[in-house]
Amino acid sequence: MSELQQEPTATQGEGRYALGEPIADDRSPDSPIGDRWDDRKFSARLVNPANRRKMSVIVVGTGLAGGAAAATLGEAGYHVKSFCFQDTPRRAHSIAAQGGINAAKNYRNDGDSVHRLFYDTVKGGDFRSRESNVHRLAENSLNIIDQCVAQGVPFAREYSGLLDTRSFGGTQVSRTFYARGQTGQQLLLGAYSALERQVAAGTVEMHPRTEMLDLIVVDGRARGIVTRNVLTGEIETYTADTVVLCTGGYGNVYYLSTNAKGSNVTAAWRAHRRGALFANPCYTQIHPTCIPVSGDYQSKLTLMSESLRNDGRVWVPKERGDQRPPNEIPEDERDYYLERQYPAFGNLVPRDIASRAAKNMCDAEYGVGPGGLGVYLDFSDAIERLGRHAVEAKYGNLFEMYQRITGDDPYQVPMRIYPAIHYTMGGLWVDYDLRSTIPGLFVGGEANFSDHGANRLGASALMQGLSDGYFILPTTVADYLADAPFEPVGDDHPAVVEAVESTRERIDKLLSANGNRTVDSFHRELGQLVWDQCGMARSKEGLEKALDRIPSLREEFWRDVKIVGTGDGLNQSLEKAGRVADFMELAELMCLDALHREESCGGHFRVEHQTEDGEAARDDENFSYVAAWEWGGDGHGGRPTLHKEDLDFSYVHPSQRSYK
Amino acid sequence: MKLTLRVWRQKNADTKGKMVKYHLDDVDEDMSFLEMLDVLNEKLTLDDEDPVSFDHDCREGICGSCAMVINGVPHGPQKNTTTCQLHMRHFSDGDTIDVEPWRARAFPVIKDLVTDRSAFDQIIQSGGYVSVNTGSAPDAHATPVDKVSADDAFDAATCIGCGACVAACPNGSSMLFTAAKVTHLGLLPQGQPERATRAINMLAKQDELDFGGCTNVGACAEVCPKGIPLASISRLNHDVLGATLSGARAD
Ligand SMILES: Cc1cc2nc3c(=O)[nH]c(=O)nc-3n(C[C@H](O)[C@H](O)[C@H](O)COP(=O)(O)OP(=O)(O)OC[C@H]3O[C@@H](n4cnc5c(N)ncnc54)[C@H](O)[C@@H]3O)c2cc1C
Ligand code: SF4
Ligand code: FES
Repeated sequence: MSELQQEPTATQGEGRYALGEPIADDRSPDSPIGDRWDDRKFSARLVNPANRRKMSVIVVGTGLAGGAAAATLGEAGYHVKSFCFQDTPRRAHSIAAQGGINAAKNYRNDGDSVHRLFYDTVKGGDFRSRESNVHRLAENSLNIIDQCVAQGVPFAREYSGLLDTRSFGGTQVSRTFYARGQTGQQLLLGAYSALERQVAAGTVEMHPRTEMLDLIVVDGRARGIVTRNVLTGEIETYTADTVVLCTGGYGNVYYLSTNAKGSNVTAAWRAHRRGALFANPCYTQIHPTCIPVSGDYQSKLTLMSESLRNDGRVWVPKERGDQRPPNEIPEDERDYYLERQYPAFGNLVPRDIASRAAKNMCDAEYGVGPGGLGVYLDFSDAIERLGRHAVEAKYGNLFEMYQRITGDDPYQVPMRIYPAIHYTMGGLWVDYDLRSTIPGLFVGGEANFSDHGANRLGASALMQGLSDGYFILPTTVADYLADAPFEPVGDDHPAVVEAVESTRERIDKLLSANGNRTVDSFHRELGQLVWDQCGMARSKEGLEKALDRIPSLREEFWRDVKIVGTGDGLNQSLEKAGRVADFMELAELMCLDALHREESCGGHFRVEHQTEDGEAARDDENFSYVAAWEWGGDGHGGRPTLHKEDLDFSYVHPSQRSYK
Repeated sequence: MKLTLRVWRQKNADTKGKMVKYHLDDVDEDMSFLEMLDVLNEKLTLDDEDPVSFDHDCREGICGSCAMVINGVPHGPQKNTTTCQLHMRHFSDGDTIDVEPWRARAFPVIKDLVTDRSAFDQIIQSGGYVSVNTGSAPDAHATPVDKVSADDAFDAATCIGCGACVAACPNGSSMLFTAAKVTHLGLLPQGQPERATRAINMLAKQDELDFGGCTNVGACAEVCPKGIPLASISRLNHDVLGATLSGARAD
């Protein structure tokens, strides 16, 4: 990508990056928004079924996006190679999603429609997403539910035998389909069973316990991956006509997050270093209802599903530092601050707003529990109104999980909750076809910069993963394969040799440091820094501090990390170290992106940019664009280059988001 | 609290393993079992010793990765709880805790506490699905499902594929795992067309792998972290019998 090499203005992180040419999503048709996906499907080229077997696709990731894509491409007859780092595809992080999946079915006749889901998502994303993509997502939501039911996904049902739905934050209709508190598990097992069916049919080759460590780009096209077999330590290469990354989000850059321990950015980051632009890295989502940290040994945070806010009421004591147990605080001495501040949506305001409100309460010293870092989520009214049995039927497993972790019984005392990092809206830049800026490299699911703008609505990630996997990628990848098969790539191709050698070098370097600190101790330090400076509230001063500190922390890491053992077999410290090394680079880009975006929007809250009553102040005039970053190279001389994709809003008029 | 751990250490599949003793001085009761092992591993690393390998990912009791036999019981002492959700408040100061991998012929040890459970994927490949391609589904409301069947199917579908049932079974049988899937799909209208072949194919597959036969011991359901009931095995047997009587054969 050629650069204009303009200097950015002083207010936007002068000297830290260069400004490149703008980019455009050139695959979204110009037709009226409701026709675009139909038009694109019609214009997409088809591949003769007899030729498909000769065309190969690498799909990295077996979560909802990757599992669904690999299964569907296999059904279509392509030769699919599927990868995950867990011991089986069924354990991908999607398994942990709890609350539900949105779809504009309007089964309740409560005024829902594709247009309303589209509207809610664009507004929920604080007008920082692409209209075409979001509309398509809302359209596909209808088919997703049908597909999953046909696979045998046991969604919750009413006595009529029809599907039940619940409400989620940021919406006033009930469009969230669910399977108790385990919706992700049930959807993933559906995709997994479809995938295993294709493994049995011989169309999908499954490679579990195999971690992608680099992307192979040949003559400008993505043609393969370098992997490490986690069990044998062997560095291997796989080539194909095209590569699809569905490798999930990067929330673990914060160390403590609700993500699974293995979730990482390595695949996406390695692709970024090979030329794929990384978009909006500073858009990260903080979930308002998680179990607070209990000690410094804490290894992850546990989400309490947003669905709990349907029936739970959030409050803090009206008196600062009130030490009484919650049940002894009388009703009129409690501040139900969400209901007070946002009467229209009450406890169901979107996540970013609920999280910030909790932080503000705790910063103002109204917080409860150890360190004052918690607020109550109280079910006593719901239990009184609906009966314990009904509450148990809806949330039983979540209550149990809470009790298992904290030792407290939420039927008796309110839960204590605090916000935690949960999801990343940023990711590799893709066009309407989910193509990255490297030809032949597609990106789906949480790994792409997705359809959620600056804030994702609850129950929309599962929808997006499955929309990408079942419906979009199979169409657009096929269109790309219409030009395939490409010239085979041999192991001795210079691009392959180079990628393998640089992967080996990195591993050797990690193993030979033999320093004094463990991988986790570095990861914790990085996480704390990013949480403090690029978490729930961000400031110019803090971000600059982080940008000064991260390079030296990275240098210390490479010099002083200690990994026992060799690379020749299972070595979990080595796996972690490789991931942390990439988080160290990503963290810097996140902070830079946050520093350059001199506005507040969705999950990105700059303290300098707020309205009088403390709400996010967007600057549409200057920042209505996607920030897509080009890798600047290693070392101090390498500055990233910013490419802007202007956002156009023709169907939903940007307004200040109001949930009051 | 202070604890003594005796942990199974085994370098790789080809070497013999043994129990190795470690002492931890400062275990907090709010730690999870895996966080306690994290602390041990930090200590081992700084002492230049190989940290203990173990599978884990979600640490929320849902991915099915974690798998340890704790004091002789798969997933340890707390009912309906995976290893990652077990907290140290269930142990006392001065305790000695034995930590071992799953022990079953079908799940060979790879290293330390890590075993190979890929046989479960093979069982699913043999029929644990509804044969429906993407794009061919009717509207979700076309087929109502009565709530009781839907709820029961859901309960069976919550199996996380951890393998504790196999580890607890004196025969190393995978019957509860297979039965959970057969029950889930067999209770739903979508699962009916393949119900008979599914049951016999999955059963035939598990017999072909290294799993033992089921002699109704019931140890599996005792340790299952998701509470999959023993009754699902009768259901599987019932489906297999029905299939055999109707002349269906494994393919
Ligand atoms: C606790 C929790 C609850 C949630 N609840 C909801 C909810 O109720 N509703 C909702 O809509 N969303 C929810 N979400 C968000 C949603 O679960 C995720 O955004 C979504 O599942 C991501 O799916 P994915 O397919 O993109 O990636 P993932 O499911 O994260 O899968 C990533 C895959 O990539 C593989 N992988 C990654 N890196 C590599 C590598 N280098 N080499 C090889 N393989 C690799 C992994 O093995 C895995 O198979 C929740 C998230 C969390 C953390
Ligand atoms: S049946 Fe229970 S013990 Fe067996 S694999 Fe499933 S969840 Fe684990
Ligand atoms: S780590 Fe996922 S179930 Fe224990």
